[in-house]
Amino acid sequence: MREASLWWVIAGGMIATYAGRLSFIALIPAERLPGWLRKALRFVPPAVLSALVAPELLRPFGPLDISLENTRLLAGLIASVIAWRLRNTWATLAAGLLAYVILAGR
Amino acid sequence: MTSLTPDARPSPRGELFAGARDQLPFLLGVIPFGLLFGAAAIDAGIPPAAAQGLSLFVFAGGSQFITVGLVHQLAPAWVILATIAIVNLRHALYSASIAPHYARMSWRWKALLAWLLTDEAFATTIRRYRRPNLGTAHWYALGSGLTLWFAWQSSTAVGIAVGAQIPPTDAFGFVVPLSFLALLWPSLTDRPAAAAAILAAVLAVALADLPYRTGTLAASLAGITVGAVLEARRPTIARDSSGA
Repeated sequence: MREASLWWVIAGGMIATYAGRLSFIALIPAERLPGWLRKALRFVPPAVLSALVAPELLRPFGPLDISLENTRLLAGLIASVIAWRLRNTWATLAAGLLAYVILAGR
Repeated sequence: MTSLTPDARPSPRGELFAGARDQLPFLLGVIPFGLLFGAAAIDAGIPPAAAQGLSLFVFAGGSQFITVGLVHQLAPAWVILATIAIVNLRHALYSASIAPHYARMSWRWKALLAWLLTDEAFATTIRRYRRPNLGTAHWYALGSGLTLWFAWQSSTAVGIAVGAQIPPTDAFGFVVPLSFLALLWPSLTDRPAAAAAILAAVLAVALADLPYRTGTLAASLAGITVGAVLEARRPTIARDSSGA
């Protein structure tokens, strides 16, 4: 790709991404949203984060892999137990990474 | 994240530092991701200025990595642009979710905080808004956002400079999903939230092969819908007030 078209991609990507980020914050006053939609918005964090993380754990190389061979899944489960019990970000990341490194060395 | 709560009457400065401090664990994922992005961009033949330009102006790691892959495959510009736009549509959901909290801020604050609205900054800031003393909470958002911004720009720059000497390590690639996992668990505050997460997970796994990663978006919207429906059907007495 020529460098000029790459800069067009960057400019367009900037506009598209910022438009999404700015959309509701700047353009649509919260009071204008219908009540059911405002209530639904509290489910954005659990739904989006879950949709981002689940394929990374369950399909690490493309196909579905629910087995003891799936290091990401096992390490993710261990990290989940720590996250649930301790509610501490550092502990969750440390447990998940440590489990991953140990399990990957099997 | 038990140490999130600032003092009784937080100052803007205190909020700024609290926001920054709460992002520190996620830098374990962000910095290697930025290093790898810079190195991969150079490897794909993207000029250094354009590689840094992607981080500076698009500022959304997942879509930047996809861009590098598509440039490498010689995809046409409009395909790359459409992909960036669709992958980053989830930011509109973040924007909608946080908008009621930003409603009374000046347009400058709105413009700035919208620019800094990344996955990690959103997830921690929306939790900040569940705690008291909301008058200074936008400084928390700024501290979170700026910390991620500086980490992403500087790690991209180092990745560009050091280039191919950075080995792609599996463990580092795992830290970003692990960060999202650490953010996910505290968001499971009740049954409708857990149902939203479970449905989104199942659908995201099932739809992972859809083009432009539209599966992530479809799964998110389905999860949000099922959470809202379940909550609407619950008796009012049982409804808790943990919502953001």
